[in-house]
Amino acid sequence: MPRLSDFTIKSAVSLTPDYGLIVLEAADGGVIAEMRPGQFVQVKVPGVDDVMLRRPISVHDYDGRTLSLLVRRAGRATTRLLQMRQGECLSIVGPLGNGFTIADGEKPVKALLVGGGVGVAPLLYLGRKLKEAGHAVEFLLGARSKADLLRIADFEAIAPCHISTDDGSCGTPGLVTQNPVICGDYDIIYCCGPAPMMKAVAAIARANDVACEVSLENMMACGIGACLCCVEKTVKGNVCVCTEGPVFNINQLTW
Amino acid sequence: MVNLSVNLGNLRLQNPVLTASGTFGYGEEYSDFVNLDRLGGFIVKGTTLNPRQGNDYPRMVETPSGMINAVGLQNKGVDYFVEHIYPRLTRYKSEIIVNVSGATIADYQATAERLAPLDRINAIEVNISCPNVKAGGMAFGTTCDGAAEVTAAMRRVWGRHLMVKLSPNVTSIADIARAVQDAGADSVSLINTVLAMAVDVEHRRPYLSTITGGLSGPAVRPIAVRMVWQVAKAVSIPVVGLGGITCGRDALEFIMAGASAVQVGTYNFVDPSTSERVVGEIEAWCERHGVADIAEIRGII
Repeated sequence: MPRLSDFTIKSAVSLTPDYGLIVLEAADGGVIAEMRPGQFVQVKVPGVDDVMLRRPISVHDYDGRTLSLLVRRAGRATTRLLQMRQGECLSIVGPLGNGFTIADGEKPVKALLVGGGVGVAPLLYLGRKLKEAGHAVEFLLGARSKADLLRIADFEAIAPCHISTDDGSCGTPGLVTQNPVICGDYDIIYCCGPAPMMKAVAAIARANDVACEVSLENMMACGIGACLCCVEKTVKGNVCVCTEGPVFNINQLTW
Repeated sequence: MVNLSVNLGNLRLQNPVLTASGTFGYGEEYSDFVNLDRLGGFIVKGTTLNPRQGNDYPRMVETPSGMINAVGLQNKGVDYFVEHIYPRLTRYKSEIIVNVSGATIADYQATAERLAPLDRINAIEVNISCPNVKAGGMAFGTTCDGAAEVTAAMRRVWGRHLMVKLSPNVTSIADIARAVQDAGADSVSLINTVLAMAVDVEHRRPYLSTITGGLSGPAVRPIAVRMVWQVAKAVSIPVVGLGGITCGRDALEFIMAGASAVQVGTYNFVDPSTSERVVGEIEAWCERHGVADIAEIRGII
């Protein structure tokens, strides 16, 4: 059940000039309502005069006492968010959305988690939860260059990481879709990143008959299924990404 | 104890705070954040005779202190509302008002007729002001003749409270309001969104799939307050004010300008508890100023 509540910044760390990691705890010091991998929260960024709407940001990590957000500088609100410091307060609505499917561990699956850019954000927590459920996990993480790779050591601590960089400064040169790993023997691919990347990954998954879930980030206003702004065309017609997603099986989409 | 109850003609509200159509879903989307029974009522989203898929994505862009939307009345149609949604809403005590839209006058009437058997629906809000549909919508609401024609047609098929939602995209909203009053409306609500547009200069294209859309949020509030004041001076039926209300202070602007009730809209997206909070803030203001009845300050300007 989503709640509107205040959080305090426990730590705020700059990862690169354009990315930061913000760790939050409940302002009342209590337990944070359970958040599943692939869900998101709506963050009100204070102090940006005429920016009105909240910003939807995916759950990067969660452990009952803390909620972590991986934030990319995209505009004025996220720039301000990345300037915020320990002890400052944020109003948050969440958790929202459906989250990724984690199959019952009695039938272990082999999963490839593919992330590009800030799209790696939900995959760390997803990878850990899949491992806990008994599934085999590998990551395929893409970025423009080595300097843009985010939290690689933390991903490697969970499962093997395959890296692709556009400029070849780390791992396999090129896009994640050009990495031979993506055609490996997996039962499911989970993917989050820019829309063209996700569409290309979905096409590969479909061609190889591998199940695939993608996390969309359509422009949102309310985040709770009221405004009908963030719709995606699906086989059932236009549906809200905020409530029916953000995670979709590619068979639901018209891609 | 402040008396916040208001009578919109034949519609009694426990307080003057409603929620604006299209911003509050069917009310239940907000039940995690708001005690719906604390509101004067809630206006469910624009309902049409047949299901509508709405416009293509992208449908929304944020602009300074506001947003432009082009949802285009996506909804599952009145029959779905009657069968599946209405039965769930009857558990709430506050007024449930259905916003009705249509491409033709016959569509508007048929939709109202399907709602007529529902005994908890004491009012409908007729939308003659949606800027995001090709047929009907704002086309009716931008001329006195068109607005009067829809209102009179609805009056013939709907005996309970008939609220007509006006477009700000007109030369004289007071003239439209008078035409609607003379055609039999019980109240008018205003303003719907302001026709607007924004351009993504990096990609050299409009932000919205429809190019233009409707601007809402605090950016439009001063325009809305001015129009409510003009309309309240021009008609004798109750006026319901909306446009960028974020708090009790904003709501009181509309009330002092002549509104009998208000609707909280876009700000529900920012703070989902806004509607209930506005009720409390109006009450606190009245207590602080020794106002025993909200009617004492209505239309004082």
